[in-house]
Amino acid sequence: MTLIDRPTSAVPPPAPARQNRRSGEQGRAAAWFMAPNLLLIVVFLLVPLGLAFWIATQRYESLGDPVNIGMSNFVGLTTDPVFWESLRNTVVFTVATVPTGMALGLGIAILLNSVMPARAFFRSVIFLPLVISGVSVGMLGAWIFDQYDGFVNNVLAAFGVSGPSWQSNPGWAMTAVVLVTLWIRVGFDMIIYLAGLQAIDPQLYEAAQLDGAGAWKRFTAITWPMLRSSTFFLVVMNLIYSFQVFDTVFAMTSGGPNNATTMIVTYAYKVGFDEHGPGQLGYAAAVGVVIFAITMVFTLVLWRRNSAAED
Amino acid sequence: MTASSVSLPAAAAAAPVPEATHRPRGSTHGTFWWIRLVLAVVISAVMLFPFYWMLQTAFSTRDALYAPGLHLFPTELTLENFSEPFRRYPVGTWFRNSLMIAVVTTAITVVVNLLAGFAFAKLRFRGRSALFLVLLSTMMIPVQAIMVPQFRLIAQAGLYGNVWAVILPTAAAAFGIFLARQFFLAIPDELLEAARVDGAGRWRTFVSIVLPLSKPLIATLILLSFMNVWNDFAWPLIVFFGNEQSFTLPIGLVTDFRGQYSANYGAIMALSLVMVAPMVILFVLFQRYFVQGLARTGIR
Repeated sequence: MTLIDRPTSAVPPPAPARQNRRSGEQGRAAAWFMAPNLLLIVVFLLVPLGLAFWIATQRYESLGDPVNIGMSNFVGLTTDPVFWESLRNTVVFTVATVPTGMALGLGIAILLNSVMPARAFFRSVIFLPLVISGVSVGMLGAWIFDQYDGFVNNVLAAFGVSGPSWQSNPGWAMTAVVLVTLWIRVGFDMIIYLAGLQAIDPQLYEAAQLDGAGAWKRFTAITWPMLRSSTFFLVVMNLIYSFQVFDTVFAMTSGGPNNATTMIVTYAYKVGFDEHGPGQLGYAAAVGVVIFAITMVFTLVLWRRNSAAED
Repeated sequence: MTASSVSLPAAAAAAPVPEATHRPRGSTHGTFWWIRLVLAVVISAVMLFPFYWMLQTAFSTRDALYAPGLHLFPTELTLENFSEPFRRYPVGTWFRNSLMIAVVTTAITVVVNLLAGFAFAKLRFRGRSALFLVLLSTMMIPVQAIMVPQFRLIAQAGLYGNVWAVILPTAAAAFGIFLARQFFLAIPDELLEAARVDGAGRWRTFVSIVLPLSKPLIATLILLSFMNVWNDFAWPLIVFFGNEQSFTLPIGLVTDFRGQYSANYGAIMALSLVMVAPMVILFVLFQRYFVQGLARTGIR
């Protein structure tokens, strides 16, 4: 590495000149520091992303050479019922998990930010599900929500209620997936909100209390506005997560019954690489491009709204 | 859950708010105090229950699991669920594969992210913000959007089924750059300037001034990265397809354990426990650094 440092003279030269010389030298140093990461990202993320757009215009199966078919894959998607169903499932899943998870996370963060014994223990417990692999969580979810021998239906049976058919009813299957997802994600929402809460100056609350503001007023006038950037960060991260949810669902329901829990990424995987190995790679790439486009549009819209609100 | 054997930096030790300063109205606890405590206990119990269920399933006999009625406790304990999978499947090999991939990928990711994060936080160069935005936006690329070209790339490089087929694409992550940059921004420029005046180069400054100050950051990066790689499923599933000896634990769990119609939940939960164990240990060791690391990097 050529990170040569010139000794700085005792008397600093005039500011602009110094700026230029320094920025050239710093630019070279920065290049060295960034090179390893940039190389990995360009080769394994950006180049494949570019290629994905190209492959999406090909009829490309595991055997044989790709054939250019223009926009046919995308046109095919518009009349593909499973694609639309998986898109709708992804939206339902997102609407059901993101706001609920964030509200629960915020509630728990406020609770665990108050004075109580063993706070650190409680925080760790809430966060713990995040460290389990999505696959194990999915299996555990399938077992707890098993319609014949699962814990939930056994409990219901003990109260004389016959539990829902979690595996064979489309609505209940989605409900089970949503509940399990909330169990995993609430810890993430909590920890980010907790960090946000700890950055709020306690004097603000004291001043508000002196002015006679009640608990709800303090929340709406101080806590919620001060947590705006945490909320923004969480909305973005949670949207990305829910648009890309794969392993939990794959392990829990395999997308069933009858595609009722097939998400858009699960569909991309099924088309491209199902149980029989590589399949319709061009079509899968087209689904992938759509997933990327949706994620990008959502993030940009949120970004702009957030920047507008900040000004 | 406290990390006792780890030496904590001053900042981490100072983090928890001393309770006495916030205790309302003298020494008696009001009704709200009790309600809050009960609420916390109830929520924790709900969150912990699935773990308990995992444990009790893993140590129960098959007959007990499928016996009619509600059983909160295992009637007879068995280790069969742990030993049987090891006899029938190359679980030991899967564990080694998982460990090898997770350790190497984490090492690469953390090192390259720290380097890049330092450049973005402390070095001025043209196009810095634009480049940073491009890198951040790569976080939004789902595996499934680029899996086909990545698959081609890996196949053409002759890496299909090889551990490097997972390590290299997974190490190409930008999330750590973001965390590292936020953390490094908080290190005062004067400190780096002082090192400079003493004749230390950029590299020297980074290694002997910046890194020793960054323990919470490094712990957080290691934890997050190891967690991601250890639990990763979608991409390894694609490159290790039909190649049982290359499987990682999650792939083996889904591919070999979960029969289409007869799920043996005792064995599945036992293997899940084996899989969770290293994560829980890492989490317990690092958790104080972790909340610190996230709080100090200013994700809020």
